[in-house]
Amino acid sequence: MAPGETPISVDDLTMAFGSFVLQRELTFTINRGDIFIIMGGSGCGKSTLLRHLIGLKEPAKGTVRYYGQSLWDSAPEDRQVILRQTGVLYQKGALWSSMTLAENIALPLAEYTDLKPAEIGELASLKLALVGLAGFEDYYPSEISGGMQKRAGLARAMALDPDILFFDEPSAGLDPISSRLLDDLILELRDSLGATIVVVTHELASIFTIANNSVFLDADTRTMIAQGDPNVLLKDCPDVKVRNFLTRGEAAHAEA
Amino acid sequence: MAHPPQEAVSTAILDYRPAPDAALELYLAGPWTLRSRRPDPADVIRRLEDQPRTRRVVFLSDQVTAWDSGLLTFLDAVKRACAERQISIDSAGLPEGARKLLDLAAAVPEKAGARRQKTAEPFLNRIGTWAQGAAAGSGNALGFIGGAALSFGRLFVGRAQFRGSDLALVLQETGAQALPIVSLISFLVGVILAFVGALQLQLFGAQIFVANLVAIGMAREMGSMMAAIIMAGRTGAAFAAQIGTMQVNEEVDALQTFGIEPMDFLVLPRMMALIVMMPLLCLYAIFVGILGGAFVGIVMLNLSPIQYYHQTLAFLGVSDFAIGVFKAGVFGVIIALAGCMSGMQCGRNAAAVGQAATSAVVTSIVLIVVFDGLFAILTSVLGI
Repeated sequence: MAPGETPISVDDLTMAFGSFVLQRELTFTINRGDIFIIMGGSGCGKSTLLRHLIGLKEPAKGTVRYYGQSLWDSAPEDRQVILRQTGVLYQKGALWSSMTLAENIALPLAEYTDLKPAEIGELASLKLALVGLAGFEDYYPSEISGGMQKRAGLARAMALDPDILFFDEPSAGLDPISSRLLDDLILELRDSLGATIVVVTHELASIFTIANNSVFLDADTRTMIAQGDPNVLLKDCPDVKVRNFLTRGEAAHAEA
Repeated sequence: MAHPPQEAVSTAILDYRPAPDAALELYLAGPWTLRSRRPDPADVIRRLEDQPRTRRVVFLSDQVTAWDSGLLTFLDAVKRACAERQISIDSAGLPEGARKLLDLAAAVPEKAGARRQKTAEPFLNRIGTWAQGAAAGSGNALGFIGGAALSFGRLFVGRAQFRGSDLALVLQETGAQALPIVSLISFLVGVILAFVGALQLQLFGAQIFVANLVAIGMAREMGSMMAAIIMAGRTGAAFAAQIGTMQVNEEVDALQTFGIEPMDFLVLPRMMALIVMMPLLCLYAIFVGILGGAFVGIVMLNLSPIQYYHQTLAFLGVSDFAIGVFKAGVFGVIIALAGCMSGMQCGRNAAAVGQAATSAVVTSIVLIVVFDGLFAILTSVLGI
């Protein structure tokens, strides 16, 4: 992973369930320090694309490269090494319910580093403090609110100091203020960690606040129909579907 | 983070430099990552204690080649130690990202009272808590049994709301689909009973009484018992997991908001199905178990099939069957109640569903054996 190389590049990716093709010919790159949005209407395959990127689902065709190295052509052990540079915040946090928050964060650290238990404990506390959950080390996921679970999930995603962070619908189920705070946190993490961030979302407010790059998946044509900075797409995208999406349907209204 | 990992284990460097105005300069250099050997923050704290006049700590980090959370934990510890001693911190010399992250970690102060004290609870307290829990648990169980009884009441006046197709599905799951495993286990239990008896009876040349032993054993005890234990593991656990998952997904709440009583909709069909099916399964188990005994009698003990048949028929009375079948009905109620109750009282997370299934199986098996014992005493007192 030479510093100059592109964190993620996707080339001619086809996603399919059996013979049903969900999306085809997806080609895009995600650059270092990007906050990259995967957007599109419901059911277009946003979350499935995320699952392809984080190694949970094998592409029907095409390649996903991390720093130039193909994810799916690598041996399973190498794939694990590649994926250890990434952290994922799942839609509902996906915290392990039988473990406390500190134990949730400690598990990957205990598996993949040589740190002593005391150091792991300190790190877990630090990560929780970073997401505003100082003092909640000994709580079980079921004892805290949904928004806190999501932040704890983020702390766990950051456990191994990943280069690349994935967020699946980070603001789903959060109130506007919490959702705004999470956006700020995402920006803050990008700036201070120099991390690359990939977000699946259809929250417009969030998209315009944080994104500097994106890909738009379309459910009808089953491929991507736009890419680039959403703020630019809003003004200049030739495709009315994209502008419609970014204006909550106002674009179609204006044309009619 | 945005730094290539260090290949070999390398050491982070920490140096102290006295500075004017009661300040202490901490000079950091080298790789400050989780993979490198890093100085212990306790060193810094010792140094602060040796120089109690220190009022300010200044960080210098121009020579830091790489950093990640390893640096942050160190800085965090030093920062907290300084805060305790009212020593101010000059973090201008730190990498910008690290400085921002430290600020971020301090941005939301710890909520008062959030942290849990890890104190060992005194023994008597634990007994008290356990007893309170047990009392509440028995109260809940009684309430649930009462609710089930009310639900049956509504069934008889025709006001219970549930779907016939649900009942049919549960009947199929608890009946036809349980037959293979009940067949296997009952046949083997019959075989085992026959072998146990044959070893002793052969000493007297009284092999033919194996038929009596198997018939009585299966009809009065083992038929209902084995059917009940199979159904507790197979169906009781399934009930708890199904209803528990519905509880986690708020499906039970959704029923309630539509004015549908979950007790009628979820628990009633399951109880009815087991009350109908358990006696039938028990009869079937008795029959297959006797076949298993006959198999041993005919193949190993050289008894003739007709002889075995007549011996069995002559000895078995209707009351033997009746006891077995009645017990099976009671066991059915126990399994359905324990399974549905564990499911309805399930917590709202994934781990709770597992606990509900475990508790359903354990409760039903314990109660089945206890009730079987009570029946044994009762039948012997009544001389049935």
